[in-house]
Amino acid sequence: MSASLNAVSRLAQPAEGVAGKLSSRVSLPRRHSLHEAMWGWALIAPALIFLVVLFFLPVVGVFVIAFSDWQFGASSLSFVGLANFREVIFDEGFRASLINTVVYVAMVVPGTVLAGLLIALLIESSHSCRALYRAVHFLPFMATATAMAISWEALLHPTIGLVNHSLAALGLPVANWLRDETTALPVLAVIGIWQNLGYAMVLFMAGLKSIPLDLYDAADVDGADHWLDRLRTVTIPMLGPVSMFVVIVVALRAFETFDTIQILTQGGPGHSSEMLLFTIYRESFEYLRAGYGAAVAIVFLAIVVALTLLQARSMDKRVHYQ
Amino acid sequence: MSGITITNIRKSFGATRVLHDVSLSIADGEFLTLLGPSGCGKSTLLRILAGLEVQDTGSIEIGGRVVDGVRPKRRDVAMVFQSYALYPHMSVAANIALPLRMRRLSRAQRLPLIGRWLPGSGPVMSGIEVEVSRTAEALGIAHLLNRKPGQLSGGQRQRVAVGRAMVRHPAVFLMDEPLSNLDAKLRVQMRAEIKDLHSRLGVTFVYVTHDQAEAMTLSDRVVVMRDGEMLQVAPPQEIYADPNDIRVAEFLGSPKINMVDATMREPGLVDLAGSALSVACEIAPGSRFTVGIRPEAFQFAEHSGPGVITGSVRMVEHMGSDLFVYFDPCGLQQPLIARLSAERAPHIVTGQTLHVSVRSDQLLVFNRDGRRVRARDVLSAHSSTPVREWA
Repeated sequence: MSASLNAVSRLAQPAEGVAGKLSSRVSLPRRHSLHEAMWGWALIAPALIFLVVLFFLPVVGVFVIAFSDWQFGASSLSFVGLANFREVIFDEGFRASLINTVVYVAMVVPGTVLAGLLIALLIESSHSCRALYRAVHFLPFMATATAMAISWEALLHPTIGLVNHSLAALGLPVANWLRDETTALPVLAVIGIWQNLGYAMVLFMAGLKSIPLDLYDAADVDGADHWLDRLRTVTIPMLGPVSMFVVIVVALRAFETFDTIQILTQGGPGHSSEMLLFTIYRESFEYLRAGYGAAVAIVFLAIVVALTLLQARSMDKRVHYQ
Repeated sequence: MSGITITNIRKSFGATRVLHDVSLSIADGEFLTLLGPSGCGKSTLLRILAGLEVQDTGSIEIGGRVVDGVRPKRRDVAMVFQSYALYPHMSVAANIALPLRMRRLSRAQRLPLIGRWLPGSGPVMSGIEVEVSRTAEALGIAHLLNRKPGQLSGGQRQRVAVGRAMVRHPAVFLMDEPLSNLDAKLRVQMRAEIKDLHSRLGVTFVYVTHDQAEAMTLSDRVVVMRDGEMLQVAPPQEIYADPNDIRVAEFLGSPKINMVDATMREPGLVDLAGSALSVACEIAPGSRFTVGIRPEAFQFAEHSGPGVITGSVRMVEHMGSDLFVYFDPCGLQQPLIARLSAERAPHIVTGQTLHVSVRSDQLLVFNRDGRRVRARDVLSAHSSTPVREWA
């Protein structure tokens, strides 16, 4: 959702540019500036129309619904003020969903970034079968999430699943992974990491390729020739911009997790694996409480936008762009 | 003592041979320049000296110690890269301090935040700070220590790169085209600073460039390289005035040396552009060879006469104190360039007839293989060596 917000701000720039140009050209003949303004608006019109229809109007719609008692499919509604928001705040289901989302993101983002970086470094350090390794790790990201989730369900099946069979063969304890309150969310996080790993890896590999080799040579001459020193002196700092991008994109994808929950756990057992997007869906389209769902959606939007801004600002300071 | 001895170095990248059996000895404190066009192997040789590349065969000694297989940081060499290779995320101070931190602090002491509080790291760190600021002051960049490389101009970055190299007092400085990313004016200024740095530090410098002006002005000796071979090793004046090889003569000098195919008429007298010029080498009559004439070897003459070349002026370039005159000599297919003194040559215009004389001791004679033929050498009219074209 916030990705589309970014798109909005990017697309909004030309419009500001046109406005700025107009105001700075007041002294020019009026007909000329009018002509230019017409052109400006004509050029941004297609993007503007799509944005308004596909983004601004739905957002306005969500706000309107959030302040109403509208039921999905009902032909009438009445405004109830902040009642939906009050209900959201005092609802334990929502609180559990919020905490689950935060915990899930806190597991998926570091897991994905570290594993992606590690695999990228391993692939880059060897010369054989690079394309194969890259493809193997990128596959989960390309594949349909739903199909992958169904495969995971089979793997994690308590009696016939490969995971439990393997653990039993090794003499390790088995579990009913998706039906146990303590394991459901971590298992979803592992699947989330597995899905996003390839994406992070490909970006890190591109980042690694763009590091000037001269820097490694300089590090060698300067005495930073141990792999750990090379990593700390050159590789990690030079991957700063890529890392920031990976962290933001993976965090947003983690916040928006829906398919694996819908297929594997349905948010259960209890509320133990319910996350915000799933809550919005369930409240709006299963329980038909569109007003309540819209209120959760607004809270969700606010959190995601705030996190994006915070992340971009705090990481911008420590990231070097060439 | 930090002289360098290079013995029979060969290097190939795949099927491409980059260095063919290069041997060279560099004296302690010498400023030696490796000069040549791109792809001649000069940078590879420098990287082998630094330990960044490993030679296929041969041996390198630095300061009397064989350093084959020794890592770059243990060779006591510092390198300035063409791109400067500054760490963009570190401040200028941190860039200059890095070689010292790597050598004097343990890995734990280099850790961010906690490293400073580990036992023993405090005094070492303040010692490093003192040396960094001393180096920065010597280079006039003390006010830039807190900046990042991205905020510096080209010349300032270059100084930081030099600072990072000199802060640990290496025995040998290796410089890989350090001035090629600067604009022309700054290049001249930094050239003088490097020369000054060399005389202040008194250590051995090995400098790689494709710019003949840098090589001529900076070096004690110049190595002219071409296709992985050293064509000539000599002081700059000698490289220019007394080249061993036609490729050396052509690479140095601006405007480029005139190369004219000629035939020996009789011993000591050569046919050139319809005029008989005396040359100081004994070549069998009738044999063909190439004569090199530097543009400044021509002198304006009032009349034609023996030893005077006549031609019509094609173009004149005024360079202030000198004139570059392009003229078509009678009886020669190619134009020649003469560099005449603006004072001594009167007003020369396009299309007029020009007479120029050449001093015989300034004629450089090369055989058909491109090797120089000096006064005492004798070139057989029926050379058995394969004939190469030097068009």
